[in-house]
Amino acid sequence: MKVSDGRRGEGPGELNRPQQSDLDHRGRPIVAVTGIGLVTPLGFGVAANWAALLAGTSGIRRITRFPTDHLRTTIAGTVDLPEEADGPALTATPRVARMAAMAAEEALAEAGLGGGDFPGPLMLGMPPVEVEWPHRFELARRVAPEPVAYKALTLAATGWPTLYETAAFQTVGEQLAARFGTRGSPVSVTTACATGASAIQLGVEAIQRGETEAALAIGADGTVQPEALIRFSLLSALSTRNDDPTGASRPFEKNRGGFVMSEGAACLVLESLSHARARGASILGVVRGAGEKSDSFHRTRSNPDGSAVIRAMRNAIEDAGLTPADISYVNAHGTGTPENDKMENLAMRAVFGEAAPPISSNKSMIGHTLSASGAIEAAFSLLAIRDQMLPPTINHVEPDPAITLDVVPNVSRAAKVGNVLSNSFGFGGQNVCLVLSGEPT
Amino acid sequence: MDIWITGLGLVSASGEGRAAHLAALAGSAPAPTDAESHAPFPLHPAPALELDRQIPKKGDQRQMEPWQRLGTYAAGLALDDAGARALVGEMDLIVAAGGGERDLALDESVLAALAGLPRAEAATQLNALLAGGLRPTLFLAQLSNLLAGNISIVHGVTGASRTFMGEEQAGADAVRIAAARLAEGRGQAALVGGAFVAARWDLMVLYHSAGLLRQGGFAPVFSRAEAPGAIPGTLGAFLVLETAESARARGARGLARIMGVACEQARRDAADGSAAAATRAFARLALPEAPLTVLSGATGVAGPVAAERDFLAGLGRDITLRAAGSRLGWGVEASFPASLALGALMLAEGVLPPALEEAEAPLDAPPTDLLVTGFGAWRGEALAHLRAIPAEDQP
Repeated sequence: MKVSDGRRGEGPGELNRPQQSDLDHRGRPIVAVTGIGLVTPLGFGVAANWAALLAGTSGIRRITRFPTDHLRTTIAGTVDLPEEADGPALTATPRVARMAAMAAEEALAEAGLGGGDFPGPLMLGMPPVEVEWPHRFELARRVAPEPVAYKALTLAATGWPTLYETAAFQTVGEQLAARFGTRGSPVSVTTACATGASAIQLGVEAIQRGETEAALAIGADGTVQPEALIRFSLLSALSTRNDDPTGASRPFEKNRGGFVMSEGAACLVLESLSHARARGASILGVVRGAGEKSDSFHRTRSNPDGSAVIRAMRNAIEDAGLTPADISYVNAHGTGTPENDKMENLAMRAVFGEAAPPISSNKSMIGHTLSASGAIEAAFSLLAIRDQMLPPTINHVEPDPAITLDVVPNVSRAAKVGNVLSNSFGFGGQNVCLVLSGEPT
Repeated sequence: MDIWITGLGLVSASGEGRAAHLAALAGSAPAPTDAESHAPFPLHPAPALELDRQIPKKGDQRQMEPWQRLGTYAAGLALDDAGARALVGEMDLIVAAGGGERDLALDESVLAALAGLPRAEAATQLNALLAGGLRPTLFLAQLSNLLAGNISIVHGVTGASRTFMGEEQAGADAVRIAAARLAEGRGQAALVGGAFVAARWDLMVLYHSAGLLRQGGFAPVFSRAEAPGAIPGTLGAFLVLETAESARARGARGLARIMGVACEQARRDAADGSAAAATRAFARLALPEAPLTVLSGATGVAGPVAAERDFLAGLGRDITLRAAGSRLGWGVEASFPASLALGALMLAEGVLPPALEEAEAPLDAPPTDLLVTGFGAWRGEALAHLRAIPAEDQP
């Protein structure tokens, strides 16, 4: 670090010198969001997504990407990519990379950072990927007419490096890092359904500890394929309301029967407030706090006493230097499984008491975008602050007496939105909550 | 803030725990090698483990496959080694994860039944065979973040929990970020590491497609010119990282001090070379100006081995090498934490590992500083600086 000569505005280092107002209540750099990008089953881009979300549109439909014979669930939220119109469906790795890149391009353009190298690291939330069935079938064809055994399949992969490049974990981050010129080693994180929030949290922390002035945080998922769908089905986690796709995702409603698998991506350009202001960027909001707490109760269920989830919410609010009374809206985890929504209701009452703020679930419209959901919902939370509008929870037909919260039923609503708490609770007990706020005055 | 390694949980073909690995470091026999079961690919197999010692509930064991069991076991060993069970409630957990085991028999039977069918018919039949054949618990055993989930459930580690994916580099970034969080005062202790099971065709098919695996028998990592490649080694490697303040307050001895961890990731093309990336990372560390002892994470894959040689030569120092990979095998996500564990043992016990090959010059005195390297088989350049903790700094 160069030593300052005390005169402001003389050199590039001086421009970025944080002022007291650029630091938070713990003396850390405030982390601003200067660009947002979105891809969901509702469409490509922030404008299309936000308009559809406020209009209460469902993006859930019948699956056409692959045959659905013999499946208990035949609906999902799917993003049909332009290059798939005339060719085979992409496997998960290129699908995740493609949607992540689309979201990042939009976010970087908005931030005014498109085109050049990005001045910070990539924090990527993505699903675990692997060799997939189309690859295995290709290997089996190479082996034929010899009997299919893994050893033969392995030897048949000799000299096929593109298999590695479309199925190894590192490859998505490496492609994105190369494309956007991010610095250092890209970090890929998975915390199940909290993944997108974890990616944002990693970027926020890197800026807070002064490791970087900026970070590119992305959450992306593209695993709507037969095996993944069957695996979730076998856990009885999915809605089977196949004859009513747009009505299938019913968070907080009495007849909810599981979540709807979906996919998409969101990107947030994160910068220290001082860095953003020094380059004259528009500030879309700030990530004011983050909190997490893991659960040791069960592999797929949160502790019904809500203790870990309650702690994660409280940790985030405290990290933001706020009290529960300062939260004006909660963007729910709200998957639409009977257990999750009941437990989230319980946790809300524990944290907020009688004066709980409104809570709504974007998943009622876009489904559960899994590794992307934490990032997508953080993006929607920032848009709720920007426009002072609460997106609804659709499909709210019959209230559940066990859900005592204002879930913003069916219709979006104008409201005074200051600080938003965005909840993400993962399989495996990994819970992450973010507090999003407007630009500090 | 001063960050110490106060415990390690190491499982490899050589056995488990400190004593087995001190013996492996002090000896010159290669780790047990299995050249038959997955021929033509040799591997270092898993040792026999008494799972009940670290995963007491059979119900928990049944919910996992070997990869998660190994990681959960090694994590428990690390907690015991550090005497840190009392800290687990608020302890950070950062896991470098691969994916869990597939049901190989199911995959093979599905392919045998469907590979000859027209694509559309195969796709329809695939649904039926998977819906009838997949076991529900196997999904959880396959999920990458469920190693962390199982560690939380079995050992009660419930602070921040993150799972990184990205082969070797995930292990390095896990240690880097865990140490950085402790250094800035977020918590007092972290459990960090990973696990890798070598005997897995479902992973070998992936690694072999990129030409990463050695064929033939064992040779030390710098002596594989005739058949370059990595020899997978079953490896469970977890570390307890702790602030020196916390360790001293509870009377826990440190094995080594983590002075710094630096990660880069080059594209490894003409414009963005691996050696140059490692040189950038090295500039962020502060190794003393003196002859350098390097504990290399070299895999045996030709490209990264050459890049590491160029990087080390470019430092212009007198360098003595020891290769963790010749002693443990290639443990992918677990490799970097395992190298740090071996390095910490070398510093704490003053071990002078004998040379296994010509590239390893004699070591005449125990080093006080160690450069640990991790050049990933496909991508990733990671470095760490470990320093011995003098007796007067110990509690």
